[in-house]
Amino acid sequence: MLRLFLEAPAVAAPGLDGWPQAAAVLNGATPYEGTALARVAPEILPPTERRRSSATTKLALRVARESRESGSPQDGELATLFASANGDTEILHQLCQSLAEAEPMVSPMRFHNSVHNAPAGYWSIASGSMEASTSIAAYDDSFAAGLLSAAVQASAEQRAVMLVTYDIPFPQPLAPCRPIVADCAVALRLTPQRSRHTLAECTLRFSAEAGEASAMAHPELEALRTGNPAARALPLLAALARQQEGLVVFDYQGGQSLLLELTPC
Amino acid sequence: MIPLNITAHTTVSAAGHGGSELFDALVEGRSGLRKNDFPHAAIDTWIGRVEGLEQAALEGDWREYDCRNNRLAEMALQQDDFLAAVAGLKQRIASERIGLFIGSSTSGILSTELAYRRRDEHGTLPADYHYRGTHDLYSVTGYLRRRLGLEGPAFTVSTACSSSAKVFADAQRHIAAGLCDAAFVGGVDSLCLTTLYGFHSLELVSEHPCRPCDRARDGINIGEAAGFAIVEKQGADSAGPVLLGYGESSDAYHMSTPHPQGAGAALAMNTALQRAGLTPGQIDYINMHGTATPSNDASEDRGIQSVFGSETPCSSTKGWTGHTLGAAGITEAIIALLCLEHGFMPGSLNTQSPDPQLSSNILRDSRHTGVQRVISNSFGFGGSNCSLIFGTAPC
Repeated sequence: MLRLFLEAPAVAAPGLDGWPQAAAVLNGATPYEGTALARVAPEILPPTERRRSSATTKLALRVARESRESGSPQDGELATLFASANGDTEILHQLCQSLAEAEPMVSPMRFHNSVHNAPAGYWSIASGSMEASTSIAAYDDSFAAGLLSAAVQASAEQRAVMLVTYDIPFPQPLAPCRPIVADCAVALRLTPQRSRHTLAECTLRFSAEAGEASAMAHPELEALRTGNPAARALPLLAALARQQEGLVVFDYQGGQSLLLELTPC
Repeated sequence: MIPLNITAHTTVSAAGHGGSELFDALVEGRSGLRKNDFPHAAIDTWIGRVEGLEQAALEGDWREYDCRNNRLAEMALQQDDFLAAVAGLKQRIASERIGLFIGSSTSGILSTELAYRRRDEHGTLPADYHYRGTHDLYSVTGYLRRRLGLEGPAFTVSTACSSSAKVFADAQRHIAAGLCDAAFVGGVDSLCLTTLYGFHSLELVSEHPCRPCDRARDGINIGEAAGFAIVEKQGADSAGPVLLGYGESSDAYHMSTPHPQGAGAALAMNTALQRAGLTPGQIDYINMHGTATPSNDASEDRGIQSVFGSETPCSSTKGWTGHTLGAAGITEAIIALLCLEHGFMPGSLNTQSPDPQLSSNILRDSRHTGVQRVISNSFGFGGSNCSLIFGTAPC
């Protein structure tokens, strides 16, 4: 069992644009309206990188920036973990399309943007952080895998870890092979010690048994949760927004589960 | 940090099927590189292609996972009595206490590349194409998890060319934090059009067999490989090689060009030394990332200089395997383990005339000599760096 603290949540998804607005929706103070999320380039990127970076990088950095600005100022020591099931689906499509031509050719920028750790690379350039960073994937349970691994790192290395999860839909013709309903990104900071920004204390347990994953009561939010791997984070965000004690359960690769016991601070 | 025992390992690359073939190739200076003959990739270069994958289809229950990348993973499982080692591990340790951390940069993307060539008149992909079992980044990890009956924490690490070095860091952390008692780590990356044409578009592939650290070096040869290792918490009667330290860093510099002074590389090496509780002088041999592009080798050389100075012997083994990208970390970790086991330091194959601009002690000729501790470097796009230190015994 791991014990740690959560702070600085951030979110970008249809109808959930930034933590203050999303928190009001998730705790029931304001109604949910699932308006599509406008794609914007976060200002933290220098102009050249803003031009070069792709949709996933912009989305991931949008929540990374929001999370960094609302957490404790300790950038120098902040490790980062980026979790995404599919990475940059638009670039993957463009690459495969170009490579199917009679004379295959790929754009160099598209190629370097295609690596799964492209958002991590742009983040380190934008923030100037030379700290450890990793990028992982675990299909629909990428968020749960990332949450557990970030908690493991915070605990084993006694340092703060920013977890960023994001996924965007595939264009045609891949869309029906791997349906993703909309853009979604979430960021959160896990710390081994309480800070003045701490929102909740939590314990995290990996269970060898399958569990019943926590769901969202609102049907549209539940459709988002099951329709985008990054949105598997929504029940945890809702618990943080409600500031209520409780258990949040995540599926873990079909046969196991991840249990998070939350105590608001 | 708490060192980890490495109780089994296996490898497949162009330089050999299994550890003993790879080691023989190292000793004999026999390269696995060949003139590019990969279908659909008309690029003038050399590649590290693994023999036999075309005939190694996954069948029966595993058909949904059939792709070049997972075939390569299965081929590695079949070497070095590795499946017996996994069975032994599962007898000692509950399957939910065994982590599974696998590096890959492109997974089975070749299946999607080829499926795009078979789109119908409406642009629809063929019915026999399976995204999840092939191209999805978790595909190889999901395959191994089911194939081996592992039930612990599991994910794919995809940080370009540092991917399968970083899995050792994940294993150490999961064991140190008490989530796991052992981990199955490794990496698999296979030849595909994306990387062949992608590196070609960046003008980073060589028309010759790659020449790491040579004054005439002009790029990489792309290779493919799979390798796995079992790492465990140390027992009272532990013997054999150990993971002593890991260091991870980010360049914060450029997406595809390393920091010119090797600052990120140096930070990774220093962090690994610090975790291992070692001084630079206690490292006997450096297995370089050494890709053979002009800027990579120069940057790494400066990083090595700033940490180790000019004495510590170092070399790149890319001349044997090519650059196996997401599998480079595990392939070179296993080379480090072979060096420890046999008392051997490979000379930098194909390095005819060492670049006078580089001041590290680049080995041209192999040495048979005692080796106690090795540091292995893996650096990737996005400025993702990882250094690992392996030793013969805990310090």
